[in-house]
Amino acid sequence: MLVDDPQVSRRHLALEPRSGGLFVIDLGSANGTILNGNRITEARLQTGDQVVLGESRLRFGGPEPTGEAEAARPEPVRSAPSTVALTAPGSAPPAPPAPPGVLAPPEGGAVRSTIALHPREAIYEQVEPGPAGGGDLTAELLAECTWTDELVNQAGIPIVDCPLVTVGGGLGSFALVDFLRIAGVPAGQIRVLSLLEWPHQTYQYLAEASQIRGDDRLRSDSMSRIDNIWGFPSYALEEAMRGRTLAPLWRVLTEPVLSEYYNPKAADMYSGVEREARRIGWPSMLVAGQVRVVRPRSGGGYFVVLTPPPGDGPTKRIAYRARFVHVAVGYPSLRFLPDLQQYRATYNDFYRVVNAYEQHGHVYEALDRSPGTVVVRGAGIVASRILERLAEGRERGSQTQVIHLLRRKVDGPTGGPFFRRPGGDGFAYQPFTYAKAAGSGQLRQRALRLEGQERADYLRSIGGTTTSKRKLWQDQLAKGRAEGWYRLQIGEVQEVGPAPDGQSVLTKVKTGDGSTVDIDADFIIDATGLEGDIRDHRLLSDLLDCAGAGTNASGRIDVDQHFEVRGTQSGDGRLFASGSVAAGGYLPPADSFWGVEHAALEICDELARLGFCRHVGTVRSIRQWWRWMRGVPI
Amino acid sequence: MTPTLRGRIESRLFLIGTIGVIWTAWISAVLPRPAMASMGRIYGITFRALAFMAVAGIAWELIYHGLQQFRWNKDWPSLFGLLTAVNEGLVTWLALHALNVMPGTSGWSSPLRNMFLIFFLTTWLAIWLFMQGPLRVVVLRWRFEGGRIRL
Repeated sequence: MLVDDPQVSRRHLALEPRSGGLFVIDLGSANGTILNGNRITEARLQTGDQVVLGESRLRFGGPEPTGEAEAARPEPVRSAPSTVALTAPGSAPPAPPAPPGVLAPPEGGAVRSTIALHPREAIYEQVEPGPAGGGDLTAELLAECTWTDELVNQAGIPIVDCPLVTVGGGLGSFALVDFLRIAGVPAGQIRVLSLLEWPHQTYQYLAEASQIRGDDRLRSDSMSRIDNIWGFPSYALEEAMRGRTLAPLWRVLTEPVLSEYYNPKAADMYSGVEREARRIGWPSMLVAGQVRVVRPRSGGGYFVVLTPPPGDGPTKRIAYRARFVHVAVGYPSLRFLPDLQQYRATYNDFYRVVNAYEQHGHVYEALDRSPGTVVVRGAGIVASRILERLAEGRERGSQTQVIHLLRRKVDGPTGGPFFRRPGGDGFAYQPFTYAKAAGSGQLRQRALRLEGQERADYLRSIGGTTTSKRKLWQDQLAKGRAEGWYRLQIGEVQEVGPAPDGQSVLTKVKTGDGSTVDIDADFIIDATGLEGDIRDHRLLSDLLDCAGAGTNASGRIDVDQHFEVRGTQSGDGRLFASGSVAAGGYLPPADSFWGVEHAALEICDELARLGFCRHVGTVRSIRQWWRWMRGVPI
Repeated sequence: MTPTLRGRIESRLFLIGTIGVIWTAWISAVLPRPAMASMGRIYGITFRALAFMAVAGIAWELIYHGLQQFRWNKDWPSLFGLLTAVNEGLVTWLALHALNVMPGTSGWSSPLRNMFLIFFLTTWLAIWLFMQGPLRVVVLRWRFEGGRIRL
């Protein structure tokens, strides 16, 4: 189906009939796919559902698809128009102008949804279709959890052998591949299956949507260099040398007592990743496509089924036969607060109620143009950055009123003398997502000894919703309070709906004393950053159903200390997961630069024990570091 | 990188045993030497001082670790690690006298004072600088394992 809309990516979404019904799958589009007000990566469609892409809306109005297995009636997207109606773009709400988001197709303006978007520098497998079958997943394959080589052959799906496959292609995959290449694994033994061209692409997209530009600093420390496995030279040292200034070093040496924690600049992180990706031959390992399932293979190892972009090969799927599989697909999905989701679904208003993680530059543009009121919800790091952006608008002369709506107020430090977290003005403060010692120190040791619900509770106590106590933010909000344009409102939201005149959004809030307050606002920004359930993600869901994976008490994929997914061993094969997918495990900040690097080291060491690669000892480490310093490719 | 108590102790012993020994072996030969002290005696003093830094260091690390328990991040600035040269240097100086490593000299006016100051501060600085970066290359797992020495 073609949609003539500049905000629609070339390959934006796919509709796939499956045994459970019709599914909508976002194909890594720039502006996202919104289902009933929720940004999704994939979801099952039900009658009456609305899917929004750019300025276009699809309404799913047809009968529920039959329960036939997908492969029994393989239908390409264009054959399903009976179930989908396209509303004229003109009737859609005003939408933000096309942002320079990194996931946007490279050629800019004249984007059409007909051309396949996939990494320009990816490799293409030279495959022949199998002797029989149509090269697609069959009902038999889907029904069978463990696959034999014959079963895959019968379906006509070409098999590519590769010892190690990493699924995702984001920072989690990158960290692992970087370690493996440094450990001496040839590029030919690794495949990265991804729709991304560069590892930092999704990260950068989310950062830019939440108003973190290249010059802004990330909530990460100097040593957590994702492009340098040694963390040396650190971001601060490099920034000091480049800028010929001692300031970043002074910060690192005196943090967090005499100065704030040093944080690296977003742009430095991006350029570093791109440089290192080139050095280790990332494009030569990258295969464009979406991974559909990972299934254990009878006899050991796994089959990883890839759906390449249309037209890239003779068959709809390619199966990778791998001994080792690594899954690092990032957030399963991002969710709205339930009341805001309800509002967006009921009133189809994607203009006034936005998520901090979606492109919402139109909010700031409108507020910069004319006075208005904005409600910000959430008290995490993203909320802080959104508030900073609004304060910047004020400094430039806007007349924005900001109402910061929170459920609970943190009005001071919390915890006992040995476990005291600073807080105040509604925020709980800590420099990173978890207390610093959760990365490598005693708090991490503690997490290593805890299991089940106890660990989940512990992780919540040292993590949770927090922000950094940056002086800039403190000053801006103090000024806002003094000048009366920033106000904290505590209470439970009862309902969100349009104001009677239809020109604004009304939030009914029940305050602590039982009274109800109506907040009339032009915009609501959901900065709570709620993450979806791993069941929202088809691949992860399938791992739970078919590969033996389980969830931990925090609802993520259960991994052991070495990030191996428990219960998934297949002969001599091993399945690993890292990043957001593996949060809630023994390493609290699993979903951070530090966490994916630490996971990469653990996995690499485990692979060395299994004989796949060399153990990186002192000599190799020093030699490889020297190569890194000179920028010598490997 | 936030060290664990065990990591702190392992790091200290490892660094004293490597960087500390190499540096002491070299600098002892070029330290300002009063007429009364032979080269052999200087080596005796510096290496005993180094050994004391290692042994007493375990107690020091316990104290530092204890102090950090009052902090949410269980961490303090890297610079403090440099400044602890003051208390540790003082105690080492006093201990060397108490243990009779430097007989015939006493107090601040000791002819060995400058020798000791240069030895102690440069050794301290060398170890501290090494810990700020190069150690992460030599022991790749050091920073992930809270300062433990796992090669």
